[in-house]
Amino acid sequence: MNGWDWSAVVDFMPRFRDGLILTLRVLVLGSLLSFTLGLVWAIGFRAGTRLVRWPVHAVTEFIRNTPLLVQLFFFFFVLPEWGVQFSGLTTGTIAIGLHYSTYTAQVYRAGIDAVPAGQWEAATALSLPVGRTWTAVILPQAIRRIVPALGNYVISMLKDTPLLAGISVLEMLQQSRLESASTFQYTEPLTVVGIAFVLIACPASLLMRALERRLVH
Amino acid sequence: MSTDPSQTFPATADELIRFDKVTKRFGSNTVLDNLCFSVRPGKHVTLIGPSGSGKTTILRMLMTLVQPDEGTITVHGDRLFPADRKQVRAIRRDIGMVFQQFNLFPNMSVLRNVTEAPVRVLGLSRDEARERGRELLDLVGLGDRCETRPAQLSGGQQQRVAIARALAMRPRILLLDEVTSALDPELVAGVLDVLRDVARTTDITMLCVTHEMNFARDISDEVLMFDSGTVIESGPPERILSAPEQERTREFLGAVL
Repeated sequence: MNGWDWSAVVDFMPRFRDGLILTLRVLVLGSLLSFTLGLVWAIGFRAGTRLVRWPVHAVTEFIRNTPLLVQLFFFFFVLPEWGVQFSGLTTGTIAIGLHYSTYTAQVYRAGIDAVPAGQWEAATALSLPVGRTWTAVILPQAIRRIVPALGNYVISMLKDTPLLAGISVLEMLQQSRLESASTFQYTEPLTVVGIAFVLIACPASLLMRALERRLVH
Repeated sequence: MSTDPSQTFPATADELIRFDKVTKRFGSNTVLDNLCFSVRPGKHVTLIGPSGSGKTTILRMLMTLVQPDEGTITVHGDRLFPADRKQVRAIRRDIGMVFQQFNLFPNMSVLRNVTEAPVRVLGLSRDEARERGRELLDLVGLGDRCETRPAQLSGGQQQRVAIARALAMRPRILLLDEVTSALDPELVAGVLDVLRDVARTTDITMLCVTHEMNFARDISDEVLMFDSGTVIESGPPERILSAPEQERTREFLGAVL
């Protein structure tokens, strides 16, 4: 077994930096997309008409129950045949955000369901418009409860970003493989990438916890 | 005020609320059975009777939280079910409700609980609403707790905020749904005092479900005794609460007094 080679670490740095930036971009944009879209689904679950509820359930269940990798391949290889073509990075971000939105939708739903029925009734008794009831009464109470659960999905999403290598996105792991392919040194790049995942995940969970403290009065 | 549940139910000219042969079932349980009664403007009507006799359901129907299965409900002549959205909104705006569990918005300050709807629904300016909100909170003895969160108040204080919140919408009708049932005994008096004040100093029509018979006696113009989904006896509180005709009413009063 070879010893640890610091120069290999140094040599990996330029590739690593590029990969890190891509991973973070996917994570941040994917999270925002999943948080937003998940909320849209969750409100759709509660729509007054079956014409909205039913398709929302069907679409989210379908996405939630197929593997992310299959979805990535589908978006990247199949959609272009129908004339829909984006870069691997854009495709990957959308696919991961969409996939995780079906999880966050369930989280939002649990949070919304946990708001007591009396809150809706009080809003009705005060004639508050539906939109205002959502934004001023229901969501502030629901979101406070679900921040920890959303945080878990951010971590989970981070750990799924290497799947994007499958559609040629040069995120951290793919960069380390390219490095290893040219230097035949596997230990150093992979270790750096592994540590990087931990170093991103920890502040991310701390950030979510700080947010949670801020929201819970 | 006509409250004959059986056959003829003539409309009187100045009735504000009218239930006409209203039936409501939850599953196989018939909560209201062909209920007929009406309330004239400015009157204070108390609904009494054993639990499950449909009293709360009546209030919830007026607030459009529950729909009747059969029958018609009108509020100053406008029909409530079915009705187009605009009409439902207009009727709702005239009605305020205070709930057993207070249902204050925990994410807002006390003052904002009271100002939110006046600003959003009545279109008051923020300053105007805050000024009025402070007056109302003063009225219920909580003028110094404006910036507090509801969770930091006692149940009695929360219920008084809820009363202020309902009054802030300037309702013509106020529905009180067992407003003291969730309170510790020593907090009940404060809430009832506030409501006595409201009953005495305003011309708001009040429908009140309560087990506080002394309160009912104080504020009511009429008491309706419910059993098995209909009114079995009605009249001025002195008569119903002191000298009821029905055996069922005597039994009930014996149990709660």
